[in-house]
Amino acid sequence: MSDTLVLLDHTASGALRTPVRELVTLARSLGGGVTGAWAVDGAEPSAQTLAELGALGVTQVYRVTADGADLHAAAVLAEGLAGLLEATGASTLLATSSFENKEVAAHLAVATGAGVVTDADALERVDGALVAGKTVFAGTWTTRCAVRAALAVVLLKANSVVAADADAPVEPQVTEHAFTASASATRVRVVERTERPATGRPDLGSAHIVVTGGRGTEGDFTPLEELADVLGAAVGATRVATDEGWIGHDAQIGQTGVTISPRLYIGAGVSGAVHHRGGMQASGTIVAINSDPDAPIFEIADYGVVGDLTTVVPQLTAELRRLKG
Amino acid sequence: MKIVVCVKYVPDIQSDRRLVDGRTARDGGDGTLNELDENALEAALSVVEAAGEGSVVVVTVGPDDAVDAVRKGLQMGADEAVHVLDDAIAGSDALGTARVLAAAVRHVGGADLVVTGMAGLDGLTSLVPTALASLLDVPALPLAASLEVTGSTVRVTRNLDHASEVLEADLPALVSVTDQANEPRYPNFKGIMAAKKKPVTTLTLADLGLDATLVGDAGSRTEVLEAAPRPAREDRVLVNDTGDAGVKLAAYLVENQLV
Ligand SMILES: Cc1cc2nc3c(=O)[nH]c(=O)nc-3n(C[C@H](O)[C@H](O)[C@H](O)COP(=O)(O)OP(=O)(O)OC[C@H]3O[C@@H](n4cnc5c(N)ncnc54)[C@H](O)[C@@H]3O)c2cc1C
Repeated sequence: MSDTLVLLDHTASGALRTPVRELVTLARSLGGGVTGAWAVDGAEPSAQTLAELGALGVTQVYRVTADGADLHAAAVLAEGLAGLLEATGASTLLATSSFENKEVAAHLAVATGAGVVTDADALERVDGALVAGKTVFAGTWTTRCAVRAALAVVLLKANSVVAADADAPVEPQVTEHAFTASASATRVRVVERTERPATGRPDLGSAHIVVTGGRGTEGDFTPLEELADVLGAAVGATRVATDEGWIGHDAQIGQTGVTISPRLYIGAGVSGAVHHRGGMQASGTIVAINSDPDAPIFEIADYGVVGDLTTVVPQLTAELRRLKG
Repeated sequence: MKIVVCVKYVPDIQSDRRLVDGRTARDGGDGTLNELDENALEAALSVVEAAGEGSVVVVTVGPDDAVDAVRKGLQMGADEAVHVLDDAIAGSDALGTARVLAAAVRHVGGADLVVTGMAGLDGLTSLVPTALASLLDVPALPLAASLEVTGSTVRVTRNLDHASEVLEADLPALVSVTDQANEPRYPNFKGIMAAKKKPVTTLTLADLGLDATLVGDAGSRTEVLEAAPRPAREDRVLVNDTGDAGVKLAAYLVENQLV
């Protein structure tokens, strides 16, 4: 059984992004070894990162370097990965389901003949073939999808798997994979790239709990932020809230924003418009606080409170603080 | 400047969307132009207007009804339309669709710029734009929140999960746009009347010289094995706040080990 290569998404300072731990955990269950590809885009894997990968059971880490080309350009990274997949004979590439990785996957599909599944929430080997689970139509349908090609590229949604260390830690070997990007891959010039400053809260895309505010907040996100901090949650928003400038555009959840599938979603002053639901309906448990009993979000909420968020949310925060002692 | 805009005809997202035999049901009669493709059309029309010259060709791949998607494009102001219609295309995955689109772009004589929406609101894979660029061998600049063509250079800004970027490439190139890029115009009466006189060319795979085994079910590298509506959630709770809803909710969260 051939190996699974995991794309090691990392921060600019060289720390693993949380969903990578989930990817590696899943990769171990597929049989064969687990290796990792680290794009050297300025950041190197720190000793601590390598130890974490070893604890997760990653035997090999390939340092992918592009000979002067920018690995932030999807076409460049895709060429590096295509070469690495060929060199190692790995039959599966696992990566987080982000827009950037979707670009890389699309390049790989054309260049290598890979079959691609995006937004997967499960993956298993059935009679040798890879079969992915995925929900579609704003989380209203579940599907199972087999990859027919020799090479599979599967992009996994965050929070689909509970991350766990391997039974026995290993010490990953670090190997160089240098390549020269083609003229065609370097036609896109990354003129400017600004990393978003860390907020101290978890990443919206991979947080276990997300507290979301909509128009009903009337611009005051403070009660939601306080709730999020008690819960260790990320703060998200509807497009109305981001368009109004109440919170940054990167907080937008929905079909044209971030897709989330946390264990717990709490929406306050959010109507549950279909464009928003597309990005959050696959959440584990949905809690809605809305003053309008007819708000569509109540149709999908596991727990709905018909009430004013300006009183319900602070009371919830205070009570959780009290219960936590 | 010649711009090709690729648009998709999708089930209305407000409607009850279904899968039949693993494929999106397209028989509901409530299909529509993928909303995000209106942003693509607007972007293309604006580029031509800013340049003071050029033309916009709108292309779609899909069943009979899909012609409505390109008609909407003509009403907004595109100059001509192409509808690729062939039973063999049904069941195509993202790569199969990109192959048909690439062949269609070549058939109309290529383009200085190809513009698409950021995603189809049915499948939402976002794979087609980049795959299409790769097949056409032009640079891809996806997820543009703004775009600008200066001479023979296109520059876009984009907001990703962890960073914002400015990308640039020489034409010919492909750009996919988000709904941040612009406010799509509404077709006016004049546009609607003018659209009736504009040509819609219907093409088959044979016209495009495309081998049917590369598209549709035959060419697909992924296969939907099962599809089912997600069961309704059970044990749902709805409470009216009578002064202690926050306390009750906290208890629920703790009891269910959600926090
Ligand atoms: C192409 C396109 C793409 C889009 N993409 C997205 C997307 O990605 N994400 C997204 O979110 N939207 C998106 N939208 C917008 C979407 O259609 C809705 O307009 C938006 O989600 C509504 O946001 P909202 O729930 O905050 O506001 P509203 O729909 O106005 O709802 C506000 C709710 O707050 C409640 N409320 C008011 N005051 C209080 C109070 N004091 N206490 C409790 N409840 C209160 C009201 O009862 C109401 O239900 C998109 C639209 C289009 C056309």
